[in-house]
Amino acid sequence: MNAGSFVLNILILGVPFSVALLLAALGETINQRAGIFNLGCEGIMAMGAFVAFLPPFFMAGTPQAPFANLIGLVLAIVVGALLGILFALVVVTFRAPQGIAGIGLQMLGWGVAGTLFRHYVGGVTGVAGIAAFPIPGLSRIPVLGQILFNHNPLVYLAFLLVPVFWYVLFKTPWGLKVRAVGTYPRAADSLGIPVARVRYQALALGGAMAGLAGAYLSLAQAKMFADDLIAGRGFIAVALVYFGRWNPVGVMVGALLFSLAQALQLSIQVAGIDFPYEFAVMLPYVLVIVVLALVRKARMVGPTELGKPFDREQRV
Amino acid sequence: MGHEPIRSLELRGITKRFPGILACDHIDLSVGEHSVRALVGENGAGKTTLMNILMGLYQPDEGRILLNGSEVRFRSPNDAFDHGIGMVHQHFMLVQNMTVAENVALGMKSSHRPFRLDIGAVRKRILEVSERHDLPVNPDALVWQLSVGEQQRVELVKTLCLGARFLILDEPTSALTPQETDELIALLSKMSSELSIVFISHKLHEVKALSDTVSILRRGRIVFEGRTEDQTPADLAALMTGHDVELPRVDSGGAERPVGTGMLSIRELCVKGDRGNLALDGVTLDIAPGEIVGLAGVSGNGQREFAEALNGLRGVDSGSILLDGAQIAGRCAGAVIGEGMGYIPEDRNTEGIVPSFSVRENLVLKDIGGEPWSKAGFLRLGAIADNANDLKERFDIRCPTTDTAAGSLSGGNIQKVILARELARGPKALVAVYPTRGLDMGAEEFIHKQLLARRSEGVAILLISEELEEIMNLSDRIAVIYKGKILKVVPGKDASKRSLGLLMAGVVDE
Amino acid sequence: MNKSGKLAYNAAIVIAAAAAAMGIGAIVLAAVGADIGKAYAVILTEPLKDMIGITEIVVRAVPLSLIALGIAIAFRSGILNIGAEGQMLMGILACSATAIAGAALPKPILVPLAILAGAAGGAVWGGIAGVLRAKLGVNEILSTVMLNYIAAQFYTFLLRGPMMDPEELVTGSGTPQTVRMPRSAWLDRLIPGTRLHTGVFIAIGLAIVVFFLLWRTTAGFRMRAAGAEAKAARYAGVKVERYLVIAMLLSGAFAGMAGAVEILGVHRRAIEGISGGYGFTGIVVALFGGLHPAGIIPASLFFGLLLLGADMTQRLADVPANMVLVLQGAIILAIVSARQFINNPYVQDKLSRALAKLFGRAAPPAPPGSIEACPDPSDSPDPCLAGEPGVSEEETR
Repeated sequence: MNAGSFVLNILILGVPFSVALLLAALGETINQRAGIFNLGCEGIMAMGAFVAFLPPFFMAGTPQAPFANLIGLVLAIVVGALLGILFALVVVTFRAPQGIAGIGLQMLGWGVAGTLFRHYVGGVTGVAGIAAFPIPGLSRIPVLGQILFNHNPLVYLAFLLVPVFWYVLFKTPWGLKVRAVGTYPRAADSLGIPVARVRYQALALGGAMAGLAGAYLSLAQAKMFADDLIAGRGFIAVALVYFGRWNPVGVMVGALLFSLAQALQLSIQVAGIDFPYEFAVMLPYVLVIVVLALVRKARMVGPTELGKPFDREQRV
Repeated sequence: MGHEPIRSLELRGITKRFPGILACDHIDLSVGEHSVRALVGENGAGKTTLMNILMGLYQPDEGRILLNGSEVRFRSPNDAFDHGIGMVHQHFMLVQNMTVAENVALGMKSSHRPFRLDIGAVRKRILEVSERHDLPVNPDALVWQLSVGEQQRVELVKTLCLGARFLILDEPTSALTPQETDELIALLSKMSSELSIVFISHKLHEVKALSDTVSILRRGRIVFEGRTEDQTPADLAALMTGHDVELPRVDSGGAERPVGTGMLSIRELCVKGDRGNLALDGVTLDIAPGEIVGLAGVSGNGQREFAEALNGLRGVDSGSILLDGAQIAGRCAGAVIGEGMGYIPEDRNTEGIVPSFSVRENLVLKDIGGEPWSKAGFLRLGAIADNANDLKERFDIRCPTTDTAAGSLSGGNIQKVILARELARGPKALVAVYPTRGLDMGAEEFIHKQLLARRSEGVAILLISEELEEIMNLSDRIAVIYKGKILKVVPGKDASKRSLGLLMAGVVDE
Repeated sequence: MNKSGKLAYNAAIVIAAAAAAMGIGAIVLAAVGADIGKAYAVILTEPLKDMIGITEIVVRAVPLSLIALGIAIAFRSGILNIGAEGQMLMGILACSATAIAGAALPKPILVPLAILAGAAGGAVWGGIAGVLRAKLGVNEILSTVMLNYIAAQFYTFLLRGPMMDPEELVTGSGTPQTVRMPRSAWLDRLIPGTRLHTGVFIAIGLAIVVFFLLWRTTAGFRMRAAGAEAKAARYAGVKVERYLVIAMLLSGAFAGMAGAVEILGVHRRAIEGISGGYGFTGIVVALFGGLHPAGIIPASLFFGLLLLGADMTQRLADVPANMVLVLQGAIILAIVSARQFINNPYVQDKLSRALAKLFGRAAPPAPPGSIEACPDPSDSPDPCLAGEPGVSEEETR
């Protein structure tokens, strides 16, 4: 294998790898902009991956099979949004500390997905999943076409969502409210913005995105479900939001960086370079820590009230 | 949005309870068209609660609100805005990392188009309002880059942009220099020809200057209502507190103290602020034993960084700080405490005490590492408890037991816990930052007496405050800080509000 | 509210939280078509039916309590240690390496040495997160989660490579495990025929140590101060960053010891899957035990029961053992939600007035001073709210 095709391989692999991280991190960006630190993302992804996997698993071979993936995606989004709302109940209405509540949601998500999976599916089984959809014309562009336009539809969707999320956050009334309730909820409240409701909405959207991210893993990337399918991607997505400075574009850069590192790791193995497999798997996790250590706290950028509950009648 | 003029607004029998306290007790209040009603009272009298009820932020437990004679119910601030009522809160309600226009847009629902924020319309409205009322603001400035005075202006513009014809101002001058205050008062009296204003304050000369009628609140009840011009400030003060209060004053007569025998001696101190700017720029100041030096200045001119640097909580760029001859510049907080520095920090709830710790634990917070509160690393619970009971008596700390969580006490009692800890340690010098902010006059009097008593015992005291009255009452000398520099140090007895005010605004006339 | 009323109120909240957690569990049980009553009965009573079951509960409670004690130290010091799982693995590696290398040493030396080595291994892994937080402000939840994954890979790497039992290579079965620990490193079994081992005494002893550490020493005082209000602690001269690192070192050391005790007492060799989610269950135990040793010991027994019971449901009620994770997650969510209601006078007041309204009685008058902690409310309109919820709820003896 020559160096050129080695690099090309990494790029072709890396782009679809980034999608689960990107989708989840976009949702988490909205959560954190609204002042909520949702570590339950990992658990929501597990649930999303599981419920999305069910329709193609059970409907395989039936006449409705072509719609199975779509049903799975919708299910994942709905379940994700519901779990986001459950999290909102705990941290917004009950004002529980967000870090530990997130761990609780993560365990709940893992637990429910694992329990139901064992019962209804049993062992690891593959599904047909979502097929690649080369964009006519564009996919024929040499090199670039292979890297960018020869993927399944969710890949295109994820990257299209980056500018959409940017626009929503910075150019719409709702985005304005989200940023206000995450930075100075008291000010938002004094202007009649329903802080709790906006946070619920943000968490529902964030949850839906995490659910979709999970569905991407089980339907498009792995095309199967397993207990450890998510493997910390939910936590990495949370870290990416810091890395991306709460900006969808920055988050996208971070997601690509990580997935390229992962693709590099795989390519090294495939290329038969002698390097312990375990250390290769460690790489992205080490990278997260390094990135978190290097990212400096920037003032006046992100949500300054991140992680703090709001109570109108609680005096300053 | 209703465009009916507000001819009268009446509150009837408004009652609001918080746990353990009746914040508003059957309050009646009415305001007519184009009039300025002052609402005065001590901190905690219920003024802000009452106005938050009027804005729909709190729901009253009992009582009614009548607008032009018919009952209205405000379930959220939106309802209040719709009826033309707007409020400028004491703590600015501005999102720091958004622009002025975005802050206004947050409340301007007409700019909320589906899928699009019409920021252009907001900008236009801001410029209209700012022109009409002569309140220059830049709609595209980021709020955190604006000065306090400018932010105050933004708050006014924001409220007017939202269509307020009835304006509630909650202590609008608390962060302004005397000159800025005068400008604001002039502006408001001009605006009162078009608007109705409720003006909350406890600065009585401002009340006299601006208002037509005055209501006085004490412990949640209206205790007086009448025309402002019939009352002197002294009458109002007596009504406000329920008794004649004569705050103690320093007696700095006698010989001038010799300079150079500083207990606390600060030389050419330079300190960086959080944003890397030079927050303190060559400050030199000497405080003799038994002297109170007041540091006057508008907040944000380096006071916080100064206090932190003096207490080992912030690194020092250059310069020296000698406490009784020992160098403490750049040393850690523990070391500075060990040298005999006492500190009453600005935020008593998060800097002065550990709220969830008991009163007795808070009383030994600084000295837990040594005898008599611990031995060989183990706590001596008996000694800690005895100490607490003793200080509870001496400082009149009102708590059920010294095992009570300190954070559950009232502000005045929390401040007494801090004071008791700091003074019982027998400090050589004491830095007191806004020691009476938010306290009632009784607690204020107690704290002032304590500070004066330490002064006569030979403690060197640096008093940092925004209240000129407090500084002028207590200080032997007054230093004025502006943009990180000490502009001038004047003897306390020669200082006047006017001269200090000019210095605080950065004007050195000689 | 008077004292007994308060107690009843708090009891009601705890019961409501438990019911909510059980309710979430019931939904999942219903979803797998299980008999809900039977499943809960199996989980909660089946392990208690014989001696083996009871000792197995204790066997599980030992590592759980050790991990939870460490987590309590960290939480009390203001740092959320989610990394007990990884710290435990690092403890196991250090402990087994020491035990194997020191096989010649006499038992009274080797056992403590091996356990201390385990503590050191865990401490290093916890300390990394502590230093990252103290020096660089890295969120400790994220860093400890990442360190868990890294430790898991490192563990597998050693067990499959350098530390693998040479016999596995000979027989070719390739099971990733170390050689058996030398007998001189074993923790003795207490009851013949059961796996109950002397680690129990270590757990109880360390629970007492942790109590003294946190509530009777200056170091513990400072750690708790730093955890309760870092700013005030810093202003009082406490080196908050240093205590964060110390807390994480200790927390990691406890997790490491849990691992050491587990292999020396139960498995007697490092094998895969040994941590089995103990690190996460330990978080629940610590929270459930009120972050206090006196609560953690009973809580660890309860979760020992749950873990064992959940294993049994697989066989007896056809419910996958993952069910225990569901319960744990639900319990965490219920506990942290309930905390908002417990010891928060503001919410209590609101609720009691809502109840009074509901039952048609007039709202009780709230004269100044009606809440015992506010004898002098005139100074501030809302004195009881000075402490943030979630900060002031901890008892602070």
